[in-house]
Amino acid sequence: MVTRFLARHRYTVQRIGFAVITLTAIFTVLPIIGTIIYIFVKGISAISVEFLTGFPSNGMREGGIYPAIVGTFYLTIGTAIFSVPLGIAAAVYLSEYASNNKWTRLIRLAIVNLAGIPSVVYGLFGLGLFVLFLQFGTSILAAALTLSIMTLPVVISTAEEALRAVPQPFRTVSISLGATRWQTIRRIVLKEALPGILTGVILGLERAAGETAPILFTGAAFFLPQLPQSPFDATMALPYHLFVISTQVPEMPIQIQYGTALVLLVFVLTMNIIATVIRSRARAKRQW
Amino acid sequence: MVDKITIENLSLQYADGTESLRDVSMGIRQNAVTVLFGPAGGGKSTLLRCLNRLNDLTEIKASQGRILIDGENILDLKTDVIALRRKVGMVFARPVTLPMSIRENLTYALELAGIKRKSKLDEAVERSLKLAAIWDEVKDRLDEPAIALSGGQQQRVCLARVIALQPEIILLDEPTSGLDPISTGKVEAALQELKKEYTIILVPHSVQQAARAADYAAFFLTGELIEYSEGKEMFTAPKQKKTEDYIMGRFG
Amino acid sequence: MEKSLSWREFIITRLIQGSGYSAILFVALIFFFLLREGLPTLREVDISSLLNVRWYPIESYYGILPLITGTLIVTIGATLIAVPFGIGTAVYISEVAPRWMREILKPIVELLGGLPSVVLGFLGILVMVPYIRLFMNLPTGLTAFTGSLLLGAIAVPTVVTVAEDALDSVPRAYREGAWALGATRWQTIWRVTLPAAKSGVLTGVMLGVGRAIGETMAVMMVTGNAPVMSLRLNSLFSPARTMTATIAAEMGEVANGSTHYHVLFFIGMMLFIISMIVNIIASSVLFRSKKRAERILS
Repeated sequence: MVTRFLARHRYTVQRIGFAVITLTAIFTVLPIIGTIIYIFVKGISAISVEFLTGFPSNGMREGGIYPAIVGTFYLTIGTAIFSVPLGIAAAVYLSEYASNNKWTRLIRLAIVNLAGIPSVVYGLFGLGLFVLFLQFGTSILAAALTLSIMTLPVVISTAEEALRAVPQPFRTVSISLGATRWQTIRRIVLKEALPGILTGVILGLERAAGETAPILFTGAAFFLPQLPQSPFDATMALPYHLFVISTQVPEMPIQIQYGTALVLLVFVLTMNIIATVIRSRARAKRQW
Repeated sequence: MVDKITIENLSLQYADGTESLRDVSMGIRQNAVTVLFGPAGGGKSTLLRCLNRLNDLTEIKASQGRILIDGENILDLKTDVIALRRKVGMVFARPVTLPMSIRENLTYALELAGIKRKSKLDEAVERSLKLAAIWDEVKDRLDEPAIALSGGQQQRVCLARVIALQPEIILLDEPTSGLDPISTGKVEAALQELKKEYTIILVPHSVQQAARAADYAAFFLTGELIEYSEGKEMFTAPKQKKTEDYIMGRFG
Repeated sequence: MEKSLSWREFIITRLIQGSGYSAILFVALIFFFLLREGLPTLREVDISSLLNVRWYPIESYYGILPLITGTLIVTIGATLIAVPFGIGTAVYISEVAPRWMREILKPIVELLGGLPSVVLGFLGILVMVPYIRLFMNLPTGLTAFTGSLLLGAIAVPTVVTVAEDALDSVPRAYREGAWALGATRWQTIWRVTLPAAKSGVLTGVMLGVGRAIGETMAVMMVTGNAPVMSLRLNSLFSPARTMTATIAAEMGEVANGSTHYHVLFFIGMMLFIISMIVNIIASSVLFRSKKRAERILS
């Protein structure tokens, strides 16, 4: 009976339904934009050259966040060094070499698993393996390695997708002209997939830059009097810094908190924008 | 007139065991256009891909037989497949230009073969494009993306790409299937010129094309070679009933 | 020259193969280390006290039940928020919005997925917590409810991205068939498109749930960190502690090799196993539906 009523008034139902759905979308999207604008507005007054290039003082309540910025930078580069070559190579294997057998399915299962492990569990793993067992200590090296394994599944998935998107006929033609498989991959497939791979890498690194839990016990320090001198030193980092100053420092000026949040946000957003730009420009220039 | 290629008792199977070619034996004459024709599924393309070992990439295995090119069995495990593919070139059904400029499409394989000097590359580019009957149309835009050309032009560039390697045998698998009649005519005319230097094996996309182009013709039906004779004979007075039925369009 | 070429090719191929298998190596490594440091718990703490309701490590109370219920409550709450908003937004983007809006909305939702959780937690403390305290008239705004809200927001982008992909992949023919039979677009969405994308949407939800379970920082910053076990309805509005927050909060102060240390690893191991189960189910559902779709559409 209800269904008959609904059916008879189906256009009204549709109008209401669409309205509800649209509202849902609005309530999802608007807060996102609002959040970003809010942080900008609240934090912009803290931004100054001294803030960005100076060291903190008075227990973080004054001064700048330069070491945290540098630390996040180092960690991101370290993550890139370990996860990018390995991830792309693994993606090449899955896309170009692997046949569809039990082992390949196991690899894919492993990747799915790696992608789902909670970030704090990665922190524990990093502590157990890199800090303690391999005795790297609380260091950039340990933190970067931990972040790398965490970033690996993202790099592999997006790189594989980019490689698969390259049309199969290119490979067939290349082989028929006397190229070996690797020559084909290097000269054609990888070259054409590069923008897509780059986009995925940047998005993965963006996530690594913003993570706190994996570096909590593996490399992050709250206060260091100087910049890290070697990969075996611990480092300050933006996400960890924000966490501590917003939860554990009494009488912390709100300005600095918002300013730190803003800097981290800008760091992340910039990477996001770069990735998006690479993606759309590559799509326009594509010769297939 | 000598046989460039000799196929002896060739049988092929798919990965699941179904047969693709059954006991095919034939000789391919040098410097002539040999046409392999017949209804779809007859094994013609598969046979073509054996000749440059492209089937290595697929799940098709030769269960028995040999293919001799210049007296050497190319199905042997010790065969230098790279050198074979430079000797036996292939043009595919859909024009597949590599995502590069026209010039780079042609020099791609040459550089892989070790030819790096610019003068030699330029000379090869011009020679091949002329033989493919497309030099005049593209000589002023060699560095533009090949994808910008029309379908017929792209296919002729693909032909030039193969010629640039100076092969001895050229395989063509329905090369004009998507092309307009004018482009088709240009390709067919180019083949008649090319056969003076090269051995051409063509899978046509219609019986009419087969009749126009063939010096020799082989009729394939579900993996078996039914009839093989000179072109003129085949299309005016075929000996087998099945051949005649197909040519007359009674099935297909 | 050909000889050295094939040597190089061989080495490169082997390296690439090794890289592919490295994923398996890493999962095994992680599992091994969690086990190594977590299993001693079973020797040092007996099961009955693990299953206790008091978590007070300073006095050697290692009851993990309040942590589990904390995670449970917050995750369920997050799911109740993420599912309607996530699926609704996915439906909007895929079926209702005009084309140009889609190109704007998708990146914005993706953006949320990329925002660091510590930033969201930070805003949670400064903005959400006071508001909730005010509006719900509570002694403190640091509650499981606040955590659920924030977590729901964090899980939404995952749900939206995967569900929208699934809806987008439903062949046009399905919709056109329904329209041809006189259905309205609304009816088509609910009776044809959504059911067809069912497994993809379900996968999105499960991945979102997985994200919620594994979230650490944001949750830690807004739920109040009180490992209290209570299953009454209004416990939603009092502070709680999740498994992830426990590890993050206490690991820094723990002596290497102590019982507390082992128990934290034990909790980490549990999290690993839970997320593994969720992800295996999610991906096998997706895998099976892809195979079915391929069969139907071929």
